[in-house]
Amino acid sequence: MSDLIKHIDDPVLEIRNLSVAYNKDKPAVTDVSAGIKKNKVTAIMGPSGCGKSTLLRAINRMHDLYPNIDINGDILLNGEETTNMSTIMLRRKIGMVFQRPNPFPTMSIHDNVIAGYKLNGIRLKKSDRNEIVEKSLRDVALWDEVKDSLTKKGTFLSGGQQQRLCIARALAFRPDMILLDEPTSALDPVATKKVEELLTQLKEHYTILLVTHNMSQAARISDYSMFMYLGELIEYGKTKDMFIKPIDKRTEEYLTGKFS
Amino acid sequence: MENPTLNKRIVKDRLFAGGIFLLSMVTISPIVLIIYKLVSKGYRQINFDFFSKKAPDTYEAMVAVNSGEIIPGGILNGITGTLFMVLIASAMAIPIGLMIGIFLYDQKTKRYAGIVRDIVDILQGVPSIVLGLIAYFWVVKNITHGFSALAGSTALAIMMLPLIIRSTEETLKMIPESIREAGFALGVPYHKIILRVLIPSGFSGLATGILLAISRIIGETAPLMLTALGSMEVNLNMTKPTSAVPLLIWEFYNDPNMIDLIWSSSLFLMMVVLLLNLVSKQLIAKRS
Repeated sequence: MSDLIKHIDDPVLEIRNLSVAYNKDKPAVTDVSAGIKKNKVTAIMGPSGCGKSTLLRAINRMHDLYPNIDINGDILLNGEETTNMSTIMLRRKIGMVFQRPNPFPTMSIHDNVIAGYKLNGIRLKKSDRNEIVEKSLRDVALWDEVKDSLTKKGTFLSGGQQQRLCIARALAFRPDMILLDEPTSALDPVATKKVEELLTQLKEHYTILLVTHNMSQAARISDYSMFMYLGELIEYGKTKDMFIKPIDKRTEEYLTGKFS
Repeated sequence: MENPTLNKRIVKDRLFAGGIFLLSMVTISPIVLIIYKLVSKGYRQINFDFFSKKAPDTYEAMVAVNSGEIIPGGILNGITGTLFMVLIASAMAIPIGLMIGIFLYDQKTKRYAGIVRDIVDILQGVPSIVLGLIAYFWVVKNITHGFSALAGSTALAIMMLPLIIRSTEETLKMIPESIREAGFALGVPYHKIILRVLIPSGFSGLATGILLAISRIIGETAPLMLTALGSMEVNLNMTKPTSAVPLLIWEFYNDPNMIDLIWSSSLFLMMVVLLLNLVSKQLIAKRS
């Protein structure tokens, strides 16, 4: 691995020699090590099937759902092993946003934002509830659009609004970090632009790790970039450097569109 | 302008459209004829007494028929009996059916779940009279020591189970995986995702399955003959013989003086089933 960054000073998240395999013969992620820098946007790029989503999902232990998946290596959040934390605690600290907007269809906009509290049985005072909802919706620049229709179902919103609602839902726990798995791939260009602007604003308070197969998106909004290929982390460095002067030949070929 | 190929295609298209229209008419004609027959023969008996009085005895009916009047009395004992037994059967079958349906959805790839699914499918094919026999041996012989509403409900509940189980499983399967994952990504425990995310999301589907199961059992006669037996009185005691609308139809059929009541009772039963089906159709429409 010819990574630019061997070490990141006080990373929020540290991945050490992580390998993930769906079955024995077919590893999806092979021996990936990387630190994720605080309050920056880090993008994971690579062609489809290169293991970027698999890597992302290992971080908040979404793979726990599927007992046949084989995971080796360590992931540390603020120096603490994620496997030693309860999934509830871990996922309160690491929020996740998916490819397609997936607000809970039976819940109102208001309830969707605090769904993490509601579904985990965490009781809040009404004033706290309203404060969290307003703050989270303001964070994603959705408050002004929905403040008069908080009791409406979340699914009434447009696709882009729904995705921002899902980001608000992930923010409601005030996490250390947000994982986004191709969050704009189901959105139109205008909605995509809004989400991208939002992410660059959000990094002030949160660490953002973004999977994208859209190179120009990575170039537009990320500070650091990883390039993955066939399950391996090929190159990791400052986005600017990587796009101007990639070190590995495969990165160069990918960035110049020789393969995708 | 002449265009022979186009004309030929138009003619073919019309022929097919006409054929399909004709076949669809053939398909719906039985139900239309049935409803027509039931309404034309049964409407005369449908009045307030029909819903508020017990079934008449043969003598009363005979006097009325001979003097050309409508038969007095109604089917109150049947309506209450049917409601009573459907209620008990639902109380037994809905919780168990939902739980097994959730289990099958959750464990879809497991071998044991596959076996359960096959058995549920077989259960759906068991003739209802056989279920009546089973309920007779389980409940009539051993629990209530006599014909009873509980026995009838047991047979009906077993009939409801496969319908509820499969509709629950299918409904949950229709809910996008992404909704489940949204819950997991918030750290929500699995059982809470099922109870508070998946079941509310699939509520109309689950309700539809239950309604269709009820409409399926509400007209069952054979298993009730061996279990609930029938009664001339309004009975709300689980351990006593109880009447039901389909049982009354059978009794009316066996009494030449009560022929008129067959039609009105059938009309009533048909309308209830039709209503249940319409409501569940509405629920399905609302869902999509």
